[in-house]
Amino acid sequence: MARIVGGMTSSHIPAIGNAIAGELFEDPYWKPFFDGYPAARAWLDKVRPDVAIVIYNDHGLNFFLDKMPTFAIGAAASYRNDDEGWGLKPLPPYPGDPELSWHLINALVNDEFDICSCQEMLVDHGFTVPMSLFWPDRVGMTVRTIPVAVNTVQHPLPTPARCFKLGQAIGRAVESYGRDLKVVVVGTGGLSHQLDGQRAGFINKDFDLMCMEKIVSDPEALTRYSIHDLVRLAGAQGAELILWLIMRGALGGTVTKVHSHYHIPISNTGAGLLVLENAA
Amino acid sequence: MASPTRPEPIPGTVIFDGEQAMKGYALNKMCYSFNEARNREAFLADEEAYCARYGLNDAQKAAIRNRNALELLAAGGNIYYLAKFVGMLGLNVQDIGAQQTGMTVEDFKAKLKAAGN
Repeated sequence: MARIVGGMTSSHIPAIGNAIAGELFEDPYWKPFFDGYPAARAWLDKVRPDVAIVIYNDHGLNFFLDKMPTFAIGAAASYRNDDEGWGLKPLPPYPGDPELSWHLINALVNDEFDICSCQEMLVDHGFTVPMSLFWPDRVGMTVRTIPVAVNTVQHPLPTPARCFKLGQAIGRAVESYGRDLKVVVVGTGGLSHQLDGQRAGFINKDFDLMCMEKIVSDPEALTRYSIHDLVRLAGAQGAELILWLIMRGALGGTVTKVHSHYHIPISNTGAGLLVLENAA
Repeated sequence: MASPTRPEPIPGTVIFDGEQAMKGYALNKMCYSFNEARNREAFLADEEAYCARYGLNDAQKAAIRNRNALELLAAGGNIYYLAKFVGMLGLNVQDIGAQQTGMTVEDFKAKLKAAGN
């Protein structure tokens, strides 16, 4: 049977993609951020997951406001990125796992989550930046991917409580899959940041650190916030915490924190990294 | 009165909801087109014609002409699509953050750094 071995979180901002392309790993601004990742990669080398379910939001590459699904799941054999308007480099396509994708879609809809299925899906920096951080070696990378895109662009956004429940349903769906697979769930984005308005540059370190504690030990506490609460406490784009809550919901009640790292600022953002191992 | 659909406003923050999405549709659609290099080139070759082709209203056209992020937001722009517009001009989110807060870019970066203390 398939099993969720763990979950990870990472910021996904495009500036990281540029810094990777520029190999700024030892740059004084970037080093404290990149130094968080070797421990996460060491865990992946040990666990060797077969599939990564990547929870992210599209920032206007695959979806526009003409059609804005709340929850969309890729069901393609591979996923590629593309020009987002400012010159992030095209990357080799990421292999998919359409059989597991359709199992997830079937199981989730049966579980009353009405999913938009996507047989073609461009993945933007929200997906590719965490993938590049966790699996920098594209030649040796064996993990297959399933992108899960969540609307964080146009309100109403799905509530934190709904997202946590979606994660729980993803967890049930994976555990009911017959093939013997190790699955890791990646919650991308966050933590506090605001790009727009007179409040641009808003960062809330105390709130971020509280979230990094609660998401491990008491995620239900975070589901009591409304989206409006998250915008107020974590900034307009800090509402991306809902992506972490989907990841956490997919894991069991008890998890072990393998690694944790937090750094301010990367671009306009408080960047949080977690590696959580699911109870066997 | 705060309610789930009309909660208390957050100072300095525009919630991009259905109302904004309708107001800004043409502007955001134009900015979405900047994903493609040939559209960026077409805009830069003749801005006014490009804005007219997407049906921008006068406020949206003026905000584009002024390269003014707060005006673009007020005209219904969404930050993710606007990022493609400002990215095409060689500006990043720190430049835009500084512009929106009336700070120099250096002061804006210092403010972000100070948030870590």
